[in-house]
Amino acid sequence: MNFKGDIPAIYGWGSYIPVYRIKLDEIARVWGEEPARVKSGLQVEEISVKGRDEDQVVIAVNAAWTALKRAPEVSPKDIGAVYVGSESKPYAVKPTATIVAAAVGAPVTIRAADYEFACKAGTEALISVMAQVVSGMIRYGLAIGADTSQSWPGDVLEYTAGAGGSAYIIGSKSSTSVAYFESQYSVATDTPDFWRRDEVKYPRHMGRFTGEPAYFKHIMLAANELMSREGLKPSDFDYFVPHQPNGTFPVRVALRLGFKPEQVKPGLISPWVGNFYSGSSLTGLSRVLDKAKPGQRILLVSFGSGAGADAFSLVTQEAIEGKKGLAPTVDDYISRKKYVDYSTYLKFWDKIYGV
Amino acid sequence: MSDMSVPKTPRIWQLAERRYRLIGSKCLKCGRVFVGSRKVCPQCGSRELEDVELSRKGKIYSYTVIRASPMEREKYGPYIMAIVELDDGCKLTTEIVDCSPEEIDIGTEVEATFRKIGEESKSGVIYYACKFRPVAKGV
Repeated sequence: MNFKGDIPAIYGWGSYIPVYRIKLDEIARVWGEEPARVKSGLQVEEISVKGRDEDQVVIAVNAAWTALKRAPEVSPKDIGAVYVGSESKPYAVKPTATIVAAAVGAPVTIRAADYEFACKAGTEALISVMAQVVSGMIRYGLAIGADTSQSWPGDVLEYTAGAGGSAYIIGSKSSTSVAYFESQYSVATDTPDFWRRDEVKYPRHMGRFTGEPAYFKHIMLAANELMSREGLKPSDFDYFVPHQPNGTFPVRVALRLGFKPEQVKPGLISPWVGNFYSGSSLTGLSRVLDKAKPGQRILLVSFGSGAGADAFSLVTQEAIEGKKGLAPTVDDYISRKKYVDYSTYLKFWDKIYGV
Repeated sequence: MSDMSVPKTPRIWQLAERRYRLIGSKCLKCGRVFVGSRKVCPQCGSRELEDVELSRKGKIYSYTVIRASPMEREKYGPYIMAIVELDDGCKLTTEIVDCSPEEIDIGTEVEATFRKIGEESKSGVIYYACKFRPVAKGV
């Protein structure tokens, strides 16, 4: 355990996924690709699509409301920090966090900020809240990872860029917290695998270069750092939740690290809703918490292009059982869906009017 | 220079928190709950009212489909506007989302969801508020 003094813990967790979906068959049809080949390579069936009145702020606020439902003992007035990680905030300058703070009824005496580190901005927000909790600066904090993931029309990213996110209420470990953090380690290197330049609407990436020297290298470095420093091995964990850019990479990195498929599958969301960028691994964790029993250990490892990874070891507590039913689960959101065709998807994304 | 003008923003900002959290007024004398801010209870005349968070669940009292959208929504397409009777008894006018008109009726159970309601312009302030959507199992 690398925390001194108070132990950071989760009091409430919650997610939000828009109701709309587009099947990969439909995207492949438009671009003349073979659907079976695309789906087989990515292991993704369909992705969530933001509605015409949804953006990253909408996802962040609705996820925060869901998390608060699972933390009835936490008054919004006791929240001391709201941090939101994203790469698709609707304002270049003006925080999403202040809108979230107002929408949950947090007091004006809070710290609020948005974080950016590609797909691991959400876990960066989480680390900041955890640090302020254990240092005694705040009693509770709200950490969110949320994105309406962008992609160029016709780019391979379009097959996986979903929309959704998750929120966590963090405080010091007690009998009403649902899971406490045992340890946290991170890695970061200067790796240009995926980026979006200022004033450019959609990100660019280096194709296969996003795999070995980026995703696999950083997730494995962070996971191995945590396990070696804490004296843990894959068999000590009940669940492994990595970042999910598609359905293939999370399973492959799990096997390489020595995990079994049954340890990674409970936290998978990408095959049915795609990649939520900053909300991806945090929504995978949310799905695991929806199912976990008290006393189970979880390894969460985010990945952010640019590049870096944050690894967390968590242990679930007794209080988790009483809080699962207080709000909709990730699977509730996954199963609530309406399909749209590619034209409607373009309209919802405002892609028809030029990029 | 329409992109540089901000005529609605101060008013929207004043209403923002009420719209985000569905804050209404409750009469401390007769107990009635109202949408929006009230200084005097229209029911009993009392001036003792307090702000309360309204119920986020209710039923569709009446609805219509707007097919000739106002200019700022011309690219939005047809949408459902409804009067929703909240569980605490007050009624509000709101948009119903995540469904088609065929999927709702008078009496359909709905719940609040945070949504974008508009924007000043492409470079202007974005406005948010609660809308309502049909209650789905578990969600």
